[in-house]
Amino acid sequence: MKLATLAEVNAERAARRPIIVITDTASGEQRAVKAADFAGDPLHAELDKHLRMGKSGMIEVDGKKLFLNVYAPTAKLVIIGAVHISQALAPLARSLGYDVTVVDPRTAFASPERFPDVNVVAEWPDVALPPLKVDHYTAFVAVTHDPKVDDPALLHAFERDCFYIGALGSRKTHAKRGDRLKAQGISDAQFARIHAPIGLNIGAVSPSEIAVAIMAEITATLRLPKERAA
Amino acid sequence: MLDRDEDILKAAEDWQKAGHGVALATVVETWGSAPRPAGSNLVINDDGTFLGSVSGGCVEGAVVTEALDVISSGTPKMLEFGVADETAWNVGLSCGGTIRVFVEKVG
Repeated sequence: MKLATLAEVNAERAARRPIIVITDTASGEQRAVKAADFAGDPLHAELDKHLRMGKSGMIEVDGKKLFLNVYAPTAKLVIIGAVHISQALAPLARSLGYDVTVVDPRTAFASPERFPDVNVVAEWPDVALPPLKVDHYTAFVAVTHDPKVDDPALLHAFERDCFYIGALGSRKTHAKRGDRLKAQGISDAQFARIHAPIGLNIGAVSPSEIAVAIMAEITATLRLPKERAA
Repeated sequence: MLDRDEDILKAAEDWQKAGHGVALATVVETWGSAPRPAGSNLVINDDGTFLGSVSGGCVEGAVVTEALDVISSGTPKMLEFGVADETAWNVGLSCGGTIRVFVEKVG
């Protein structure tokens, strides 16, 4: 690998942007393609697929065996609301490989005792969120039921273009949320990105089942081709 | 794979910039119950220091030896380890899998 290629891979990794290194294992010929350049690449379908699956592997193109090494950032999950659902959601997400942070300004809720081994921030979203460096590789879930907490957090999630944004609440609650967020400049298209009611419809009843529904929906958004994602 | 490894690629870059000969070994194919998935990296420098893992410890010794060779020759190599291979058995890939490891020089 050329030093310049290695330096480019490291720079993209440090910036939490995906990059794929393509190596012809017979000749040693090699190139790196940043996610932003996939669309114009002759191998774009293969690159898209491997990045979506987060999986490195061999492909064969015109009789050549090429190895695609996928460097994708670790996905984060930010949970707004240290509620009962979050207590089930945080460990589940961690077992799926996410870096999890729970944010809730209510110190009685956001306590380490309720969330062992989870990064818990007992601050309002305007203080808690900027240091978390929320980015595209972040799933963002608002479950406090309290507009004072959820709304500013959701505005931050839109600004950072999170790959998944979900919010707890019935259709009626969600419609009211729409009125409030649009009054703050969120477009219809942005608002339509919020998954609400949150989670795949699996008939979830308990907090743990709702956590499963949420992680299933996040997984589908991460792994399925865009047109098929829930 | 998700990028949860310690930052071994950064170490490889730093070693190279500090004037070391450096090789990068990557698992490119696996069959059976291979301990580390395709894409896993091991980086090696010319004094034999290595970081990362291609097999969870089974064949690293053999990969490091080959990597030193690649550092001096500059020519990449494809290595294969599996239980059917007497040498591989000796170095200990006993989990029943087979892996193919691509070793290349950095720089």
